[in-house]
Amino acid sequence: MKSSLDVLIAGAGIVGAACALELARAKMRVAIVDRSFPASGATGASMGHIVAMDDSEAQFALTRYSQVLWHELRDALPSTIEFDRCGTIWLACDDEELAEARRKHAYYRERGVAAEILDSAAVHDAEPNLKTPMAGGLLVEGDAVVYPPAATAYFLERAAALGATVILDRSVRKLGGSQALLDDGTVISADKLINAAGCCAPELAEGIQVKPRKGHLVITDRYPGMIRHQLVELGYLKSAHSVTADSVAFNLQPRKTGQILIGSSRQYGAMDERVDTEMVSRMLHRAFEFVPKLESLSAIRVWTGFRPATPDSLPLIGPWEKDPSVLLATGHEGLGITTSLATAKLIRAHIDGSEPAIPLAPYLPSRHILAEIHA
Amino acid sequence: MRSDAATTGVITVRVNQRPVRIVNGASVAVAVLAAQSACRISVTGENRAPLCGMGTCFECRVTIDGKAHQRGCQITCIEGMEIRCDE
Repeated sequence: MKSSLDVLIAGAGIVGAACALELARAKMRVAIVDRSFPASGATGASMGHIVAMDDSEAQFALTRYSQVLWHELRDALPSTIEFDRCGTIWLACDDEELAEARRKHAYYRERGVAAEILDSAAVHDAEPNLKTPMAGGLLVEGDAVVYPPAATAYFLERAAALGATVILDRSVRKLGGSQALLDDGTVISADKLINAAGCCAPELAEGIQVKPRKGHLVITDRYPGMIRHQLVELGYLKSAHSVTADSVAFNLQPRKTGQILIGSSRQYGAMDERVDTEMVSRMLHRAFEFVPKLESLSAIRVWTGFRPATPDSLPLIGPWEKDPSVLLATGHEGLGITTSLATAKLIRAHIDGSEPAIPLAPYLPSRHILAEIHA
Repeated sequence: MRSDAATTGVITVRVNQRPVRIVNGASVAVAVLAAQSACRISVTGENRAPLCGMGTCFECRVTIDGKAHQRGCQITCIEGMEIRCDE
């Protein structure tokens, strides 16, 4: 029996929404279902930093491709998305971190990403409210910031205008065999099913390696001009990669409104969504060490969220080995806003059989099985 | 009404760099209203003024002596205070 839908997507975070728009543009008949409202999971809790990352070649390829796609889109984005090409400064506190900045600089330059080493004085010219002295930094000009819930809403709105059906407040209970079972008993048939349910993805695809990694964020009142770039400590790389201990790292973002978003924390195994005051305190004190003036500002909100993390820090994109009708698009951890656009392109290429702009292989869900076989 | 006002008199503060004479003991929010100014401008460009008067709504935020986002309804005027509503 021919399904009336080509694709059903479970999860209306930014990844699901970007897939819905990309597939609707490809003239596929699409429905997208969310158990709550759009961007109600990791997307709504995130910073929205559009960043090229270099932890691995595969991570670089995906983030860089996505960043180029965001830049191509920027003129079409409504002002509510608050796209701001503020750039990132990776901050080096000492000579060891400055050496890391130089390595990162060379890596980016070799791959066509505009980047510039800043000496101590140049860092302070760029960010007068940083503590003195910093050893230096790396400015990556093309990095940007968006407001993720607004971007998600925009993608869904555009998809709907192209004929996609958006179903909210409905949980998907089962996803398989070209059918989705919803919580009200409705069964929807579609040739392909996309599991873009973030941290909830394993509930619909038993055994996949996605685990929640808790984070906290604080946002201040408006203080325009206090900082000008997204500021991240290079020490972040040491703490963010620890998979055992709870960690905090200095990560500060200027919003177009003049507000300042303060991150970041990482915890495995913390399933409780409540604010952990000890983690917030550690995170804020780390931020005060870098920008002492922050201590006198008013914070207006603190929240938590869960990043969908995988063992090798790469997302799961492509067919699920246990059910050929299911495609996974999850596990984007803390980079889902950036990588949503490339994910959607890869999913589209896989469905229509066209050549993707970058190889899909590093993100295939089956890589974990292959790794086990070869281990 | 306030018996202390008669004895302690009137003070002068500055609202957006203009002097405002006000009864000693008045809140900053009252001084701003006396200066016929909005307390702040919202992110969408609207003028805002005190709503609750008890420190809850945050609509009366002003900059006092260089410190931004102070709740005008919760702070008493002091002689020579610099109040800015345009930052």
